[in-house]
Amino acid sequence: MQIHVNGKALDVRAANLAALLHELDYEDTAVATALNHSFVRKTDRFKTLLNEGDEVEILTPRQGG
Amino acid sequence: MAASPHQDRLKLYGAEFSSRLLAGTAQYPSPAILSQSIAAARAEIVTVSLRRESGGSRAGEGFWALIRELGVRVLPNTAGCLSVKDAVTTAQMAREVFDTPWIKLEVIGEEDTLQPDVFGLVEAASILTREGFQVFPYTTEDLVAAEKLLGAGCEVLMPWGSPIGSGRGLNNPYALRSLRAHFPGVPLIVDAGIGAPSHAAVAMEMGFDAVLINTAIAKAGDPVQMARAFALAVEAGRLGYNADLMQARDMAAPSTPVIGRAFSDRAHA
Repeated sequence: MQIHVNGKALDVRAANLAALLHELDYEDTAVATALNHSFVRKTDRFKTLLNEGDEVEILTPRQGG
Repeated sequence: MAASPHQDRLKLYGAEFSSRLLAGTAQYPSPAILSQSIAAARAEIVTVSLRRESGGSRAGEGFWALIRELGVRVLPNTAGCLSVKDAVTTAQMAREVFDTPWIKLEVIGEEDTLQPDVFGLVEAASILTREGFQVFPYTTEDLVAAEKLLGAGCEVLMPWGSPIGSGRGLNNPYALRSLRAHFPGVPLIVDAGIGAPSHAAVAMEMGFDAVLINTAIAKAGDPVQMARAFALAVEAGRLGYNADLMQARDMAAPSTPVIGRAFSDRAHA
């Protein structure tokens, strides 16, 4: 299945958001997630299923002003 | 007006702080200089952001560990968001990662000046306050926008001094004074555009509650020394405000008593 992660097209095996984080090696890191521009809580990642063409954002703490 | 330093604390959404200098964390030459600069600025609140990270690089994790070591309060921002939807979603993501209800809300309306979209800002602030956020809106000095933001539940306002990163200082002192006068009980933090310690001192002398500095420290030749300069300027400006500045006047007024001056019985030639 092809989805977009942080603006890049990716072929992934993961069926849900939690599995996607595992597949992309984000597990155990401080990240926040959004699916198709809507926030997905950490506790909801497992039940958030992915579909072809979905847009996923995975954000992490960074410097800011 | 006069307050002892321990009484004169900055109050933001029920939390109290000694320092009136908020520091940004972007653009520093190195993590070590960032840490030293935050310490030299005596900042107790720092702004942070959320950004995309490529899988496995873990740069964000290292940054977050560094900030936690500083023992400061974090104020996450929604920097760069151009729509209400993006700003709200980013705020929600930030609350989870940084574990704080605080959010510096940016909804940018114009990309050359990074001027806030005050209409979007009010809409986003309304949504976020209903969701329990404590919103710090980055706004213009517009009085009506300020009133609407307060109506939307904001208890703090962050008017710009001048465009982000410009270093121009306080572009519109008249409007800033007017804002200060209209909302005497509201914490007002001048954000953006402050380029020199003197700019920060002026903002504090005008009665603003705090300033937020990033580029002026981070991009200085010696960021740590500049951070200390800003800390002193903010403190001096606040002391000056508390001590009640004299009124400016157009004509001279002799500071030395005129009575008893030598030759005072002699008429002007």
